[in-house]
Amino acid sequence: MWINDVRVLHIDLTNRKVRLEHRPDLKDWIGGTGAASKLFEELQGHEIPAGDDKSPIIFATGPLNGVLPLMTKVVSIYRSPYTGDWGESHAGGRLGMVMAYAGIDLLVITGKSERPVYLVIGPHSVEFKDARHLWGLDVFTTGRLIRLHEKRASGRRSILRIGPAAERGVKFAGVNVDTFRHFGRLGLGTLMGMKNLKAIVVVGDDSTHFGVNPEYTKFYKEIYDLVVGSDLLHKYHDLGTPQNVLPLNSIKSLPTKNMQKTQFEYAENISGEYFADNLLVRKIACSGCQVGCIHVGLLREQFGPEHEYKYTQVSYDHELIFALGSMLETKTAEEVLKLIDQVERLGLDAISSGVALAWTTEALERGIISEKDTGIKLQWGDTERYLEALQMLAYRVNDFWHLLGEGTMAAAREYGGEDFAAVLGQEMAGYATGPVYYVSQAMGVRHSHLDTAGYSFDQKATEYTPEAALEYIISEDRRRVVLTSLVSCLFARGLYTWDRVKKGLSIIGYEKQAEEAEEIGDEIRRLRWKLKVAMGYDPDNVKIPKRYFETETFRGKPDPEFTNKLIKMYASHIKELIK
Amino acid sequence: MAILKVVDVDKCIGCMSCMQACARFRYQSFSLYRAALQVKTRGGISSGFQVNTCLGCTEPMCAEACPTEALIPRKGGGVVFRQNLCIGCGECEKACPVDAIRMDPQWHIPIVCVQCGICTQYCPHEVIQMVEEVVPHVDK
Repeated sequence: MWINDVRVLHIDLTNRKVRLEHRPDLKDWIGGTGAASKLFEELQGHEIPAGDDKSPIIFATGPLNGVLPLMTKVVSIYRSPYTGDWGESHAGGRLGMVMAYAGIDLLVITGKSERPVYLVIGPHSVEFKDARHLWGLDVFTTGRLIRLHEKRASGRRSILRIGPAAERGVKFAGVNVDTFRHFGRLGLGTLMGMKNLKAIVVVGDDSTHFGVNPEYTKFYKEIYDLVVGSDLLHKYHDLGTPQNVLPLNSIKSLPTKNMQKTQFEYAENISGEYFADNLLVRKIACSGCQVGCIHVGLLREQFGPEHEYKYTQVSYDHELIFALGSMLETKTAEEVLKLIDQVERLGLDAISSGVALAWTTEALERGIISEKDTGIKLQWGDTERYLEALQMLAYRVNDFWHLLGEGTMAAAREYGGEDFAAVLGQEMAGYATGPVYYVSQAMGVRHSHLDTAGYSFDQKATEYTPEAALEYIISEDRRRVVLTSLVSCLFARGLYTWDRVKKGLSIIGYEKQAEEAEEIGDEIRRLRWKLKVAMGYDPDNVKIPKRYFETETFRGKPDPEFTNKLIKMYASHIKELIK
Repeated sequence: MAILKVVDVDKCIGCMSCMQACARFRYQSFSLYRAALQVKTRGGISSGFQVNTCLGCTEPMCAEACPTEALIPRKGGGVVFRQNLCIGCGECEKACPVDAIRMDPQWHIPIVCVQCGICTQYCPHEVIQMVEEVVPHVDK
């Protein structure tokens, strides 16, 4: 593992070859995002067309995965089939800890299997297994059949799999990780589908020789006590991310009805409080985290006359509740769970899917498209129809749904309706706080609310100017890129201050990286932007759809002058950075 | 003397902190395998967790099976492990009726619970606790 050596496992699906590479030099990039970006550049991932057989997928842990609490994430880097440029997605679950115990620091997958295949990867083995019987199956059935057949190291393994949407090349298909977590955005699932790679099982049942000393044990205890004994992570444990729903709604920041509104009259019904009081059945954790933020709701459905019931466990979060709830005017939490469950089965990205359906509903209303195109009449709040529409989207049943599967903006370009496509680089996340958030997602390196959290600046800034916003964005980006190189969960950003990050790095012998953490953060930022631009991203060509200027936010209706100035300044900063 | 009990397994969130603590404190190792207790799912994460651990038997079959008395019964339940006497034969592993002992493939010693209780200090939900009185074990 990272502490002694850096082991890169290369798997070539075309030739079914495996190669182990030792790369201690990658420690200069800390790990995670940093090391994977560097490796992506070396493999010339930016030169290989998106979706090409050779296009690499890199999974990376970092030096602190499993070593300290909440160091639980795995970073994936790839060329996004959705945007055509930088693909980066992070997932929790067990994968981070399991990779640490499998002795695999970076996993690189290239090539394309001739037939559907799944991989079983352990500390001392790589197996290519026939997956013809799994092709076409939904995410949950696939998981069940793999668990049934693969007995090894139950409890110390992680199972990644894709669903029908990815197999059919929907550009925003995700990867399900351990049932309740995901590499959701920017089409990692799509890329796996293109490679005929249905699933990856990683088995982590090795022990490592990392020297456990008293200093480490003491620091672990210090962090552990903060996790379980302070308020730092209380919100994630208690209501979880859905605690955002009501506060955002009250400050006109909850995207509703395809961003026609930012307040939803049924927000109470889909609030974190409602879910917790009525539907929450359990909370679970990613391996190595004592918070347990994964909130699992109970979906109880009648399937026959009299008292025929079935139940399903569905994990819910703010982003899913906004995208499949308020954006579609879904009026009850139970219906939101149904929609989430459908998205999970099909292996779609929940945010993109919800936003795409919201656009479709408005486009139908406005007559830009007709029922002839969609084959179904969609109406706000009509869950049964939306459940069917998700299926049509995943299976790409006709030209319209095929095109929508390329992305909401792709469909809008063809049919019209770009002005009201809620797309900021990719379909928006659940924060209509104001122009800084809009710009931060539209221009963030992975177009994620987690890039720089502009929503926080919108809500908290006292000096609200483009200059102050850019300064905030840059400092957040630098800090977050170091955290995602460790690889930390970003919910731990309050816990892992610069000081604690540096102490953690020092304890495992990364003294140099601890000393130069901020500079390394800038280097990683530079590298990512350089590669993103090399793949065709143009920071001067960023557009915020008209809808965003028409709808009230916490900061009122965004001022175009303010917004455009911030875009210009941000673009200049990016160009300066990579010069 | 107190022994380790799985008090309420349904409160387990699957963080694995107990296993890591066992490995860290008892073996100075970074490992999930070198942990006397094992957290697993019952069959996929939506099925819930199980925590497999030493029951702290008052007549431990593992100690009875040990040919060298490296494992001997501990007062109050469970066993005491005397590593200098262990020849690594693995008889204890075979004898344990609940699979709570595993031989370490590198060190050739049994990874066995000695009722130290460090794991309980790293459980955020008090799923496992050191319990004073010896009561029949009920696996939920």
